[in-house]
This record gives sequence, C-alpha cells and structure tokens, in this order.
Amino acid sequence: MSRRLAPQPGEWIDRNRPVTFRFEGRPYSGFAGDTITSALWAAGVRVLGRSFKYHRPRGLYGLDGSDSNAMFETRDVVNIRGDRAPIEEGMDLRAVNTFGGVERDRLRIMNRFGRFTPVGFYYKAFHRPRSLFPFFENQIRRVAGLGTVNSGKALRHTPKDYAFCDVLVIGAGPAGLAAALAAADAGARVLLVDESPRLGGSLTWHGNLDDSRDRLADALRRVEAHQRIQTRTATCVAGLYADGWAALIDRLRLTKLRARAVIVATGVFEQPAVFPHNDLPGVMFAGAAQRLIHHYAVLPAERPVIDTRPEGDSPAAALLKREGINLLAGRFIARARPAGGLAGIRGVELCRVDERGLPRIEQRAEQLACDAVVMSVGWTPNDTLLRMVGTRMEYSAEREQFLPVELPGGVFAAGKVNGLVGLEDRWADGLHAGQAAASALGFGAAPGGSRPAPAGPAINHPYPVSDPDEGKNFVDLDEDLQVKDFRNAIQEGFNSPELLKRYSTVGMGPSQGKHANLMALRVLAKERGEPLAGKQITTARPFSTPVALGHLAGRIFTPYRHTPAHAFHTERGARMMFAGTWLRPEYYEVVGKTREACIQEEALHVRGAVGLIDVGTLGKMELGGPDAVRFLERIYTGRFDNLKVGASRYGVACDESGVVIDDGVVARLGPDRFYVSTTTSGADAIYREWQRWALCWGLKVILNNATAHWGAMNLAGPRARQVLQPLVDISLAAADFPYMGVRECRLDGVPARVLRVGFVGELGYEIHVPAGHALGVWNRLMEAGRAADVRPFGVEAQRLLRLEKGHIIVSQDTDGLTQPFEAGLGWAVKMDKPFFIGQRSLKIHQRRPLKRTLVGFQTDEARPRTMPRENHLIIEGKEMIGRVTSIAYSPTLKRTIGLAYLPPSMTAPDTRFTIRADGGELVPAQVCRIPFYDPAGERQRMTTPEEDAR
Amino acid sequence: MPYQLLRFALNKKYPEPCMFPTPERLKPRYDVVIIGGGGHGLACAYYLARDHGIRNVAVLEKSYIGAGGTGRNTAIVRSNYLTPEGVALYDESVRLFQDLSDDLDLNLFYSRRGHFTLAHSDASLRTMRWRAEVNKHLGVDSEVVDRQFIKAKCPEIDLDCGHNAPVMGALYHPPGAIARHDAVAWGYGRAACQRGVEIHQGTTVTGIRTEGDRVTAVETNRGVIETRCVLSAVAGYTPRITSMVGLRTPITVHPLQACVTEPLKPWLNVIMVSASLHIYVSQSSRGELVMGASLDPYEVHSTRSTLDFVEGLAGHLLELFPFLWDVKLLRQWAGLSDMTPDFSPIMGTTRIDGFLIDAGWGTWGFKATPVSGKTMAWTIAHGRDHDLVKPFRLSRFEEFDLVGEKGAASVGH
Repeated sequence: MSRRLAPQPGEWIDRNRPVTFRFEGRPYSGFAGDTITSALWAAGVRVLGRSFKYHRPRGLYGLDGSDSNAMFETRDVVNIRGDRAPIEEGMDLRAVNTFGGVERDRLRIMNRFGRFTPVGFYYKAFHRPRSLFPFFENQIRRVAGLGTVNSGKALRHTPKDYAFCDVLVIGAGPAGLAAALAAADAGARVLLVDESPRLGGSLTWHGNLDDSRDRLADALRRVEAHQRIQTRTATCVAGLYADGWAALIDRLRLTKLRARAVIVATGVFEQPAVFPHNDLPGVMFAGAAQRLIHHYAVLPAERPVIDTRPEGDSPAAALLKREGINLLAGRFIARARPAGGLAGIRGVELCRVDERGLPRIEQRAEQLACDAVVMSVGWTPNDTLLRMVGTRMEYSAEREQFLPVELPGGVFAAGKVNGLVGLEDRWADGLHAGQAAASALGFGAAPGGSRPAPAGPAINHPYPVSDPDEGKNFVDLDEDLQVKDFRNAIQEGFNSPELLKRYSTVGMGPSQGKHANLMALRVLAKERGEPLAGKQITTARPFSTPVALGHLAGRIFTPYRHTPAHAFHTERGARMMFAGTWLRPEYYEVVGKTREACIQEEALHVRGAVGLIDVGTLGKMELGGPDAVRFLERIYTGRFDNLKVGASRYGVACDESGVVIDDGVVARLGPDRFYVSTTTSGADAIYREWQRWALCWGLKVILNNATAHWGAMNLAGPRARQVLQPLVDISLAAADFPYMGVRECRLDGVPARVLRVGFVGELGYEIHVPAGHALGVWNRLMEAGRAADVRPFGVEAQRLLRLEKGHIIVSQDTDGLTQPFEAGLGWAVKMDKPFFIGQRSLKIHQRRPLKRTLVGFQTDEARPRTMPRENHLIIEGKEMIGRVTSIAYSPTLKRTIGLAYLPPSMTAPDTRFTIRADGGELVPAQVCRIPFYDPAGERQRMTTPEEDAR
Repeated sequence: MPYQLLRFALNKKYPEPCMFPTPERLKPRYDVVIIGGGGHGLACAYYLARDHGIRNVAVLEKSYIGAGGTGRNTAIVRSNYLTPEGVALYDESVRLFQDLSDDLDLNLFYSRRGHFTLAHSDASLRTMRWRAEVNKHLGVDSEVVDRQFIKAKCPEIDLDCGHNAPVMGALYHPPGAIARHDAVAWGYGRAACQRGVEIHQGTTVTGIRTEGDRVTAVETNRGVIETRCVLSAVAGYTPRITSMVGLRTPITVHPLQACVTEPLKPWLNVIMVSASLHIYVSQSSRGELVMGASLDPYEVHSTRSTLDFVEGLAGHLLELFPFLWDVKLLRQWAGLSDMTPDFSPIMGTTRIDGFLIDAGWGTWGFKATPVSGKTMAWTIAHGRDHDLVKPFRLSRFEEFDLVGEKGAASVGH
C-alpha cells in the first residue's frame, strides 16, 4: 500500500527515476532522493528494525540521522543508517540484530523478560560459578552487537583531501545561510556545509513553508551566485577541534579543513515525550512527520494524533492540522496502546495535566484511537560540536534548555543552537554571527546592535514524562532504557551524570544519546530533587556522527623505503627484510641452497675474497658550524675535539640515564664539518633528539639529516683495495689512507666520501655517493670487481661477520637498561670530559658493582643438536642468570659462537654455563675472549701481503 | 535464566541498595586517607578493611568514582612482562582478577581471550622470545607462535598486512583477558563501603600538612582531615600531590587516546596487539571494537581528542583487518598517563613518614588494580613495603636500580 502523496512543492525525490531494492528478501521501489527509511515508509513498511535489548519492533522516529533502530546491513556494509543513507538501485538490505528476520525475530521473547533484566542486570548474574561465565558470555555476546561484519570482503580505499577557508559555517538553515552571506559580503571566503542533501535546513520542512519559500529561494540564489561562498551538502562535520580544525565527512571522503573561524548553526534535536509504548512504530517526532511530507512526499500515518506541549499552535501543529490530525490540547498521553505484533499502536490513553503541566494519571483515562503519535514537546540544541571545542553550555530554567554561555575564540553560534525560535530572530542572529566572525578576521566592521535574545514562552516541556507502573516508556531507544532504569541506577548510587551514563549505558548507543541525554539528566535532577541548572550533560567527544574507519584511513599511507641499489638486489634474488622503515637484503638466494648455507657462503667469501653490502639505510647526519665539535662532545661519550680532519672514530650515544641508545661513526671532513652515521632504525629519533638538544644548548651547529641524500655500500674483504683502487682518484695505500681514515674523492667521476671501517673485520671501504649515483656506482663496483670475484652479501652475513669480531649491535646486544660499562663499551666512554649526555648517571653507575656483563661464548659442541636462539636464557639451578643476545655458527671458526649477558662473577674465560634452548634442552657453553676472529685486528688494519712485502 | 535474576522479578520494588553509601560530612579524623577514587584507591581501601581490619578509611575523589584511568583504559589484563619483578607483580594481579567477580559479587565480565603481540620484524620476534622465555621460567603461560597458529586463532586477520611489513610471528599469552573496567571500581567501592570505608566524591585535596617529615593532615575543599597515613593513588595529578609534601618523582604526564566502534556481532575472540603498527584491539562483550594506540608524544595535561590519532589508528587497523573499512568509529577519548623512565610503576613508602605512593602507572595501571590495592594495603598495615612492591620503590631512580619494562609495553610509546 503506497503512502506516497501527490507531488509536494520542493520535494527531494525525483519521480522520474524509480529505484528498486530489496528489504528482508522482498522487493520494493522508491525514487532517487529517497532515504532507505523514507522509501520503506512510503511502501507501507512499518517495522524497520528491532530494538537492542527487548527486540521490540521499531519504525522511524526522528528521520534526523539518529534513528538507531532503523539500521540496516548489506552484504558489504554494516550498520547503515536508514534515515540518512540514500536508497541505491539493487540494494539488498536487512535489518541489523534480528534473529530470524525483522518480522519473526525469535528474540522478541526478551520483551517478556523485562522484569528479570533491569538496568545493569548483567553485573548481578552469570559470574557464579566462575566456570559457567564463558558459556553465558558467549550467549551475551551473540545477542549484543548490532550488525554482522562480512570478514570476507576486500578493502575499499577512499581518498582524503585538505581544504581551507576563512569562515566555516556548519548548518545551512536560515541562520547558517544568513551567516554565510554576511561573512562573505564582508570579504571572507566561506565554506557552507550541511549534512542534508540540500541547503535550507528547517526552511525546507518546518512549519508553514508557504511563508518562507520566497526567502529561501532568494537566499539560495544569493549563496549560489556569491563568489566567496562554497557549499557542500550531504557533508557532515564529524569532528571539530582546536584552532578551526574540522573533519568533514561525505560519502566519498574525509576532508581535513582548517578554518580561521567557525560558525555553528546546527539547529536543534527534537526530544521525545516519554510514555509507555512511545517506541512502537508510528510514534515519531513532528520533525520526522514534516520531513516525510515535504522532502519525500510520504504520508506519515493514516490517523495520527499530535502531542504538542507546552500547549500552543506550534508550526508542526499548523501543518499537521492541514492533513487532518487531532491536536491534544491541554491533555497528556498517559500511555499508548499497542496494536500487537507488527502493527504499532492502535490508540492512546489521555489524561489531564496539573498546574505544573505534569500528568494526573489517577484520573480515568480517556481513549483516542489512532495509528500514530506525532510528538512535539521540545528541542535541545545540537551542541555536540560546540561542546567538543570547549563551549560552556548552561541550563536556562527560564527557557528549559541548555544555552551556550561561553564560546572559545574563533567559534560562533547562531540560530536555534542559541535558543532562538522565530525565523526573523534566527536570520538576524545568523547575520550577526557572520559579521562577527568576518570582522574578527579583519573583514568588514563588527556587527552593530546586539544579538537577538530568546523570547516568548519556552518551547520546551520541562518533564514530558508519563511514568506509570505498567508498560515500557523509553528514554534511550538505542539502548532500550526506561525511566525506571534511571531511577534504579540512581537508587544504587550512580547519581551523577557521568556515573549514570556508565552504569545505564545511556548515550553510548549509535546515536550517542542525541534524544536521550537531556531526558536522562531531567530524570536525575527530578529523582535527586535538584534543579537542572548547574548540571552538565556528559562530555562531548568526537565524533558527532560515527565515521567509517575507511574514511579515516584514507588510502593508508604506510611508506617503506628502498635503497638506491634496490633494483640490483631484487634482480639478484635477494630475500628482503624490513629494517626500520627500510627494505634490506637479508641474503641472496641461490637455487638449491638453504638459507643458512647462502648466508655462510656469503660470509666466507668476504673473509676469503671480497664482498659488497648495501649499507644505504644507515642514518647519515651532516653537522656544520663553529660549535659542531662541541655538540658532538656532548652527544657522544667519546672524545672528538682531538679527531683529526680526515679521520673517523666510533661513537656511543647514551640517554640521560646512561643507557646506550645509538652508535655510529663520526668522520671529520673539515675543521667544522662532520659526517656521522647512526643506526638504521635510530636515525629519525636521533635527528629529532639532536635538534632538540641543539636548541636547548643554544649551540651554533647546523644539523642535516642526509640519510636519503646518500647511498652507501661497504666493500669488504682482502681484495677490496684491488677492486676499488682503479676507480678512485686517491691512493688507497695504507700509508695514504689508513684504517679509520675518511677521504672525499671521485669514484668513476662521482663525488664520494669513503670511510675505511672494519665492522666486519676485514679491509673495508664504506663508500658514500649521492643517492642518484648509488646504483650506478654499485654496478660499477660489481663490474670492476668481476676479476676479483666480488659478490654481494646481505644483512645476515654481516651480522655473522661482526659477531666473529665481537662487535655489538645496539638494541640487539643492548636493551632498555644497558649502560656502556656492562656492554663492554667502557673504552668508548671518556668520563674525564666536562660533560656528555648520561655522564652524571654513568658516574653513579661507576661507583657500583656491575650487575651483568656482556661476554663472548662458544658452545661445547661445535653445532649443538638444538641450536640455542637469541634471547634464550642462561640457567643455573632454578635461577635465570643471563641471556644470549647473539648466536650463530661461524663457518670460518667452525664452531658456534655468541654474545651473552652473565653475572660479572662469571666473565672469566672458560667459565662454564648452561643455555636453555627450545623444548627446555640444556646446551652447555663456556665464556671466550672476544674478538673470536682476528683478535689483533690485523686484517681490518691491513696491510695486504704485497704491502707487507714492501 | 540464572537464579540471581529471579529476585528482580519477584520484588515489586527494585531490591538493590546504594552501592556507595557515604555520610554527608567528612569526619575530623581517619586512620588512612586515600587520594583518588579510581580502581587502585578503592581496591586498597577494600583490602585495608577486609584483610587488615582498618576500616576508618576515607577515599577522596575530586570527580566521580573511576573518572580517571580506570574508566579510560582499554581494559586489557595480562602478565607477559619482561622483568622477573614485573612478571611477579602482574601475574599475581591476573590471579586476583580471575576470582574478583566472585570476591566482589559483581560480574566484572572478566573474559579470558588470549593475547597476541604481533611481530613484524626479526628484531621484535627476538624481544618476544625474550619475554616468552622469562614468562615461562616464572610460570606464566606465554609462547612465541608462528603465522599458522595466529591464523587458526584469528582467521580474519591479514597476516601480510596488505604486503606491508608482514607478520612473522607473535607472542601468545593465553591468560590475556579483558574486563568491564568501570565495574572494577564499582565493585571495589561497594565492597569497601560495606566494610565501613567512606567514599567522598567531589572532594579535592588542596594540601597535605606535615610536621617534620611526618604527615599530620589533609586539606580539602571541604575542610581539613587529621590523619597519619596518606596514600596518593591518582593518575595525571601525581606531580601535584607529591609536590604537596616536597617529593619529586621522574613522572611525566602524557595523554593516551582510545576509541570504540559501533557494536558488531562477535567475530574477534582474541586481543590483538601490534607494536609495529601501534595498535591494540579487542571486542567487548557489547560488541564494540575497543582500540588504542601509542601515547601522544608530548607532555600535555589534557584529555582532548585528536583527529590524527584516529586517522593513524584506522589506517593500521585496516592493514590487519581490511574488511573493517565500513565499520564506524563511534567515540574517542583520552586519559592521562603517568610515564616513568623504566615503564614500571612507583609504589610504596617514601621518605615522608605516613605518605605512600601508588603512581607511575602509565599505560599499565588497569591490569594491576587488584595487586596494587592488595599490596599497598599490606604496606600501609605493616608500615613497610610488601615484597612485590619493593622493586618499585621511589628511591630506585636515585639508586639506578630500574625495572626496565619498556620492551614489554604493548605498543611502542
């Protein structure tokens, strides 16, 4: 049975574009411009959903974006708000949270068990005996929750964008339109946003539209023509933050907006009358009825009554009278009479009101047959955004509503949120706010005259509640909360707004209590016998309307980084691994060989011939300026003022508590010019911290994080010199370029910085070239080294090689409390310097015995049957006495070696201990001297045989 | 239908008394004054009354019960920490939590879900192994597991993270649980009140009087109370309270944000944490996804919410669970975290006689609610630090005897 009315002036539907869709398996049709709810209501569907707790049938209620009981799901999208979402061709909808469909929902039986399940009942049961709780919890979880998410569907990306304006006007009703025009006329660039698909706000539906139609048309014409006004419809301002930062949500995207000033003209939310069965299909706000008629040309009901309090010829009444609807003058709905099943209500019982306007229920009820109740008993400002940015709202006993009393700077309110009722007042208030916002930004003059003040009788009933013993009267339809739930919660001691919210869950549902928070506060005040004035609604937090995670995520930008030589690595079959945000070759795969074999062969090749590793991920800092050396002296524990130009030195950095946080090589390129490497994962944090210290200390130092500017590779092995020498324009002879030297030179014509380092324990040149040349230089080295059989090696081989040398890796061989003395780095700490970060703490540490010491070890068996792994514990009796930080089989030494923390009493070579490996297997081991390989360091200092001969 | 619900149906009048009956006026003198009516303060009051017969106790709360960290955390309980001291403390807390609903006769919805900390790199897998080895040694159920195991427990997860930093393994902690956080405060509050404790909400401490190095009285906005024992059990305001007695702590206060989605039918049965992606997520009994991320990186004493927090969180969440793109975020909020240099709390007696501290609970306070209450009550009753409390004494910072738990923080902070 269609409820579609004859065409209405200004209706939002396009009757030339029918849309077909399915609901609960049945086909329906509506028109383009319909919401899901309006299309279903037009088709005569009354039960759109089931309630959260009692599974009562529910219809449309507010048609204002807050109808939590008319929520739908499709295969791919969950919790669709039917009163906002446009109907789309082919949609296959069902109601959320039903068990067997909206009509035959098996859990409707819950409605009969209300007496057993008062507010917070779940805190009082199901926990004894403890063993049964998991069973009950499962049942509870199944019935709780709304929509069912489809975990099989793919990610749908949405874009994000940024926008800027001088004045953001939120809400395009009369106040918002006037504000936008006034601000734009004054010279400000204005963005006017409304969550409805069309501009006009209440002018499109509220009251007698004949009177305001011309004004609306005129305002829309001016707005459209205005060069400085942009408009966005169907766009919700979901979050408003400090300094005019706003989150705008439309169907496609999140727009992050910076506005210099914000005008909130968001109007009001209608508030319910509370009487038994005020939740059944057919009971609705006057606003919903009017929007049905004017926007969608749908008849709200056949025989509704309108409940308007305080008495008066409200605009809603005027309109609805035209449709032949009874007005309840001077009477009060004591209760509605359910029609049973899916049919909503069949009438209301009326009573008189006393002198305070409250119901006198003891009187004999008067019956009135009807199929709907249209409620018009009050509004509350839609102040979520205002309160989100810190506006102080206070309850006005005179107006029986909250009003903004103190706005943050740059935020203005206009229209109904200010408690204004009359159209002229709201328009004038909008003009005033628009001028005020513009002039605050330097556009035009401050508005003359004063803002209109709320006038006339209060339009809000102070307590529109009928609360007899029988029948469920709902305050919060999201959460199925009745007046008595609040009374009971208050009796139990939850007697402040915040506690009441947390215990009863009022306002925690999908609509965030837009129809319920005020009424909950009214019940609280009444129960406590206190005035509402001075009370506050619970804190407003983002979002004003729930926002899809996809919108917030946008395209998901989680970048990772390639080094310049990445293409080579992948072509050469490298297994890549993440190192911080970088991808690095773990090792280069060789068909038919195991991972371990590949790694060991790479390492052996470095020892025996020459290898090339990409170290472009190292942090690379350039420091300059007269205080650069002083800065480094304070950052690192070692001494750098005596470092010669052309030399480099290992540096350890601690935090203020003396914990090792980073290490690297400091190279002096000139008297005031340094090039410093940091760990790969530490680079960004180190750079940030350095900037902070440079500012704190007021030193004349220039810091440049050049990590990505330079590519870097380490050519290591006995044949390194032979490969590199022909390519560079400097002499690599040991006398000219000694160990730990640094040279700036040209490599095959490319400007390069070359450091002679020994991390892997062989003759090695760390070659830094501008990133754009790095792949070319890499390939050049591979080519030039063909005769010497140069081969690439990966991170794992490097980790093995450095372990053979006993070099630590910060964050693997150190942890969140490791200080240099226990990690064997005491030699790099110069306590006699005037100051370095962590020095004070280390002085204290120095006076105390060490708690643990990092030592080298080898296992008894060259290859233990169960290979211990890093971070396996060292056990003595029942005590944990230490742990392994690094361990590997060394193909060069033909034994399993590692680093471990042990008590200081156990650090003597040959001390025996036991590692507990996987499965509890105990692996015997003993302490060794480090370095394991080439303890004298001859190979890295090298001295090739030829040079020795010279 | 459990029998406990019968009495609601059989009584004409709602049969429940007030949980927190408190006299209108403050008494002039209490044996113990607890500052802060959150979970920790109320738990301490309860154990003081129950275990030690100390009932002349006032809990002073400047706002409402559970207004601070208790009502703002993501309600995760676990004990897979890194140091023996930490594991011992949190493990005792887990044990107490398991029986707490029964103890307090209030259903706290303590729900054992299993707790995964995902490793996306070699380095984090190493840290997981360390934690697992320490945990197992101390009798805590904790194990490094592989991708197949994770997938079996949570088939919905995309272990490849959209081909960005794939999951390599995880630390799995079967006892990991969630609970109804507010109810923990209410349960302790009710049980304490039943034993004579007074909870004064809306009561702000404005000063603490000392004579020599001894506490003598507490000044409040409602008058002065004599007492010889004060416990500070607040978060976010610890530096203000300790400055009243001239104590310094190394605490810095950072906001920690969290958020929930609209309720969904149950699909996530475990607690999923990714340190690399900086998120943790669980599904409450109501069906909401409860999510958190890292601390805000700056020191701010404000509980405002930011947009970039939810943007970052949503992005990372969808890397793990791409199908959630249509699920809507309902609400976000923030709490204040007292951060310490070693990511461990500060507990026990101080050099001010009669001034005890239970602070520095950073992002790990909720899970320790029972154990902190119990051990601090013991410490008050005996006048010396409980064995579990000793490692966390305030003086450890000057003694450089830290309890390093940074590696066990759920996400990088």
